[in-house]
Parts: sequence; structure tokens; C-alpha cells
Amino acid sequence: MYRKVIFPVDLSHIDQLDKALKIATDLAHHFKAELCFVGVTGTAPSALAHTPAEYTQRLEKFAQDHGGTSGLNTSAKACVSSDPAIDTDKTLLQAIRDLGGDLVVMQTHAPSAVDYIWAGHGDTIAAHSEASVFLVR
Amino acid sequence: MSDTNENESAEPETDALPEPEGASDIIDTEYEIGQDNVTPKIGPFGLDIHNPVFAISGIVVVAFVIITLAFQDVVGPALGDLRGFLTSSFDWFLIMAGNIFVLVCLGILVSPLGKVRIGGADATPDYGYAGWFAMLFAAGMGIGLMFFGVLEPAYYFATPWGDQPLMNEIGIVDGELADPAAIEAARLSAMAGTIYHWGLHPWAIYAVVALSLALFAYNKGLPLTVRSIFYPIFGERIWGWPGHVIDILAVFATLFGLATSLGLGAQQASAGIGFVFGIEGAGESVTFAVVLIAIITALALISVLRGLEGGVKRLSELNLILAMVLLAFVVLVGPTAVLFGQFFGNVGAYFSEMLALSNPVGRDDDGFRQGWTAFYWAWWISWSPFVGMFIARVSRGRTVREFITCVLLIPTIVSAIWMTAMGGTAIDQMINHVTESAVYGFVVADYVPELSLFGMLSELPFAAITSMIGIILVIVFFVTSSDSGSLVIDTITAGGKINAPVSQRVFWVIFEGLIAATLLIGGGLVALQAASVSTGLPFALVLLLACYALIKGLMSEPR
Repeated sequence: MYRKVIFPVDLSHIDQLDKALKIATDLAHHFKAELCFVGVTGTAPSALAHTPAEYTQRLEKFAQDHGGTSGLNTSAKACVSSDPAIDTDKTLLQAIRDLGGDLVVMQTHAPSAVDYIWAGHGDTIAAHSEASVFLVR
Repeated sequence: MSDTNENESAEPETDALPEPEGASDIIDTEYEIGQDNVTPKIGPFGLDIHNPVFAISGIVVVAFVIITLAFQDVVGPALGDLRGFLTSSFDWFLIMAGNIFVLVCLGILVSPLGKVRIGGADATPDYGYAGWFAMLFAAGMGIGLMFFGVLEPAYYFATPWGDQPLMNEIGIVDGELADPAAIEAARLSAMAGTIYHWGLHPWAIYAVVALSLALFAYNKGLPLTVRSIFYPIFGERIWGWPGHVIDILAVFATLFGLATSLGLGAQQASAGIGFVFGIEGAGESVTFAVVLIAIITALALISVLRGLEGGVKRLSELNLILAMVLLAFVVLVGPTAVLFGQFFGNVGAYFSEMLALSNPVGRDDDGFRQGWTAFYWAWWISWSPFVGMFIARVSRGRTVREFITCVLLIPTIVSAIWMTAMGGTAIDQMINHVTESAVYGFVVADYVPELSLFGMLSELPFAAITSMIGIILVIVFFVTSSDSGSLVIDTITAGGKINAPVSQRVFWVIFEGLIAATLLIGGGLVALQAASVSTGLPFALVLLLACYALIKGLMSEPR
């Protein structure tokens, strides 16, 4: 039913992604789909990477490692944004479209009062993406 | 992708850092961006801030505002005196430093260092030419061009206070026109003096800061914050107190520069609205100005939430178009043929008088040199962390040569065109109507500088429409300044992180508006402006060091 599962990933929070990653992996196995990791990085140096190229390298390594342990066909797509604090959602939505993803599995935080002002990334993706979206609290 | 933050992720798998996009010379430091950050939660909002820089600059700013309000009678005059003392005693130093910045930029432009590309040899520009240029112009001097475009040339042309450039001729003496030769000499001298203040020198100051920041962040992999420029000089010590002090000074200069401009600008805009709509006392009404600050802050808030691409960039482009419409209108309905004839003459006068104008010693035009040039230089320098940081943020992917051409040469030409059109028309009105002209009234007879632009427009057709465009331009330029300013302050106080929670930017926008409104109500805006201009002098020293670091940094880049 699904051919490409998109997994938006924030490399600085890998430790909090276990549940969502397990679900994405299981679903990809179930549908024999490709699992594609999408990350958004800023143009300026960050704690994760000094440059967008370094970020891309790390994301690709992450995808490769996961492919190795899960036996899935994995890929990675690093998107560069000049204002990631604001444009992350827009960049992710565009990437989902460009990559032709048909299922998105995504870790999201528990809703709080702030969500009335700023929706979480997952909420926005679910509201605007044409793909099916599975949010994991 | 939640907003809670823990930066301690796994160490990079390889020791060798990959090059950005194509070859570049990454600096390998032990420092990890955000390692000094704390992530407190205030209610449901998570923060991600650099520990000493955020707290100290916040406390110092609040303390300063309280002291200025509480001891106005003492602090106001004292800061005013300090500014006067600095610009009159160290005018030679500021003027000399300005010349060095121009020479450094031109030197880099023509040397092989110009081939270095910001962001690595294969990097591609983040923004197209139009959006890029609109943003750097809006950040650099948009608002100033609105305020001084008519004021400054008209002032030099007819100043009765003896502060014309180089003590040259003046065009109107005691309300009477001078002889034709003196008028032409006074006009050329007024235009040369004005273009000098808005041409190569200010943009060179911005270019040095912007280029250094961009180089050390995008090519060397250091955090996007002012301290990174000084890595070649201080080494690893830059992550400690020397760096904290530099960053705090930058926040201080940016925040006070913005808040005072916002406060004074709101007064100007309200005076303009009062003049155009014939509202008595609007210019003096504090309430009116505070309402304007609230509107500008609210618009800036919307712009901030739309991000760099959807906010500042769009508004800057809108403003560039509006400014071009206003410029084209003034040129077409004003003395068109005269202005076209004058443009090359003005640029010629700028270059032929440049040596005399930029000579730091042995001059007798104290009023001009100290009151105008030194003041401007200190003002540009105190704004340079803000403008430079913002320009750096949007300039990745350009070569150094392209960068200097677009940040130094093209803005100088645009400033010259703007000044020729606005100032040339105003001077033409003064020559034709002498003391009857509105410009003479607002610039010489009763000094009401904030109305000079509207005075000039009032003598052209469709004054109501063009003045309205003028007011919109002033307000939107303030919105973009407020937005880009909070972006910059947020990045510095987050230790160079550009993806800190958006609530922090919202905080800075509101904080800025509050400072401006408080000082407008309580008094002390001018005192604080004096304080922020005074930071220009120590910063000039810092920037001279930056020139050295910049050249050293560029030389180690592959070309």
C-alpha cells in the first residue's frame, strides 16, 4: 500500500526517537517500503555539524547504519534552510512532496498550552501534507 | 523534532571535518556550539540561551533603562557630554579608521583574495540578487535615507551655523541667494559632503564586519556570533570572557541602537502623519508615538513569525519597490533634466573632494567634521554588529569579490542616486523659492528635521499620495529593522545558534518596543542614543583588529 516511508529526524534528539523509529521500521517492513530519513539543517554552523555538508554526511551515515541493522532499504535527504527555526515545517513538507513519500512517521511532543500559539512540527505536517501521517507521542 | 533541547549527541564519527561545499579551511576547535547554553523552561516555553551573555546583557539593559529614567537630569547631560567629548576629541581616529576600512575592502576586492567563496568553493547563493540586495539595503540604511535624503544636502547648502563641508561656500546667506558661482559651488559641496557620509565609508564598515562574520561561520565552521571573528587573535580564549565581553557589547549596541531609533523614528513618523493629515500637535503627542511603536512592534512580531524568507525578505523587497516608485516620481515630476545633468557632477565632486573630506587632521571645519562626520562614523560603527551580522546571514554562497561589489560599490551608487534626486530637488526648490520654500522653513528657518522630506514632497504634485508612501516606507523600514535586529540579538545571545526557539525572538521584539516606549514616555531617548553612539569609539578599535583577522582568515582559504 505504501512505497516510501518518510521519517523526519532531528539528529540532536536521536535518543528520544526509539518509539517512532521502531514503528516506522515495522511499517516499512510490513509494506516492503523504502525508509527515507529527512533532516533539516541551518546554513550556519551548529553543535551537530559545522557545515551543511557535514550534516548530510552524518544523516547518510545514520540512514546507512539503520539500513544495516534493520535490513531495510534506507535513504537520507538533508535539506538546508537559512532560517530553520521558522522554515522547518515548510522545508519538510516540500521534501515529502519532492521525495514522493506516501507515509510519514514522526515523533512529536505531548501537546501543551504552547500548541495553541505554535503547533508542533508533527501537527503542521499532519495538517498540510498529502501523505498519510502517523504521529507518535 | 521537539523543542526541548539536549545538544549532547554522539561525537562526530570521523575526526576530519568535511569541507562545507567545496574546499575551505575549517578551524578545528574543541568548542562545541551551544556547549555553554542553558535551556530553562518558563511556563510552557523552552529557551536555549548562552549563559553569561543572555543574562548579563539583559540585566545591563534593564538597569540602564531604570538609571536613565530615574536620574534623567544627571544621566542625560552626562551622556550627551560624553558623546560630544568623544566625537570632538577622537574625530581624527574615527575618520582615520573609516579610511582604513575603505582601503581594506578595496584592497581585498582587487587582490586574489576576492576569489574566495563564502561557504566553500562550490557553495551556491541562498538568495537571488534582488532579494539579497533588498535585504542588505533595508538593514543597512533604508531608514536613514528617508530621514537625511532631503535634510542633509539642504542643510549643507544653506547652513547659517558655519558647519558646511570644508568651510566651502553656502548658497543662501541671511535669506538672500548668493551669486550663481557660489550657488553652484555650495550645491556641489553639499552633495559631495552628503554622499561621503552615505557612500563608501559606511558600507565599508558594514562590509568588514559582515564579511568577517560570514567567513568565520560559513568557511571556518565557528558559531555565527561576533566573537568568532577574533579567533585568529585570541585563539581558544575567545570562548571565555574576552568573547563574552565582545558579544555583550554587540548586543548592547544593537539593542540600544534599535530602541532609540525606534523611539525617535516613531516621533518622526507621527510628525509626518500630523503634517500630512493636518493633525495639530500629532508631532508632539507622546501617546500618538507610543501607539505607533505598538503598531510597528506588532507588525515586526508578525514578520518575525514568518521567518527570514516570508518576513524580512518580502518586506525588504516591498520597500525597495516603494522606494524606487518614490524616487522615480521625484525624478520625473521634479526638475528631471537638472537632476540627470547633476548626477555625474555630484559623483565627480564626491571623488574629487574625497581626499579633503577624509583627511583626519589639520582642518578648520570643526562643525562638519566633528558634528557630522565623526558622529556618523560612530553611529555606523555602533550599528555594524547588527547590520554586519544580518548581511552575513544572507550572503552565503557569494564570492568575496561579488560580496564587496554588492555591499560596497552598488550601495554607494544607489545612495548617490537617492541623494541626487531628493537633495537635488530640495536644493532646486530652495534656489527657486529661497526663503519661501518649505524645505528652507524646516531645515534653516525653524529646524524641524523630521519634516524636511515632507516639506520637499509638499511642493511637488500629488503630495498627499507621495507623503503617504514616505510614511509607509519609514514604518516598514522600522519593521524590518526591528525584525532583523531581534534575529541578530537572538543569535548572539543563543551563542550562535540559529535554530533556538522562536519564542526568544518574540521576546526580543517585544523587549525592544518596551524599551522604546518606556524611554519615550519617561524621557531619555536622546541620552540613550548618545550612549549607543559612544560605543562606536571602542568598537572602532575592535573593528581594526577585525580587519587583521579577516585578511588572515581569507589568506588561509583556498582560492
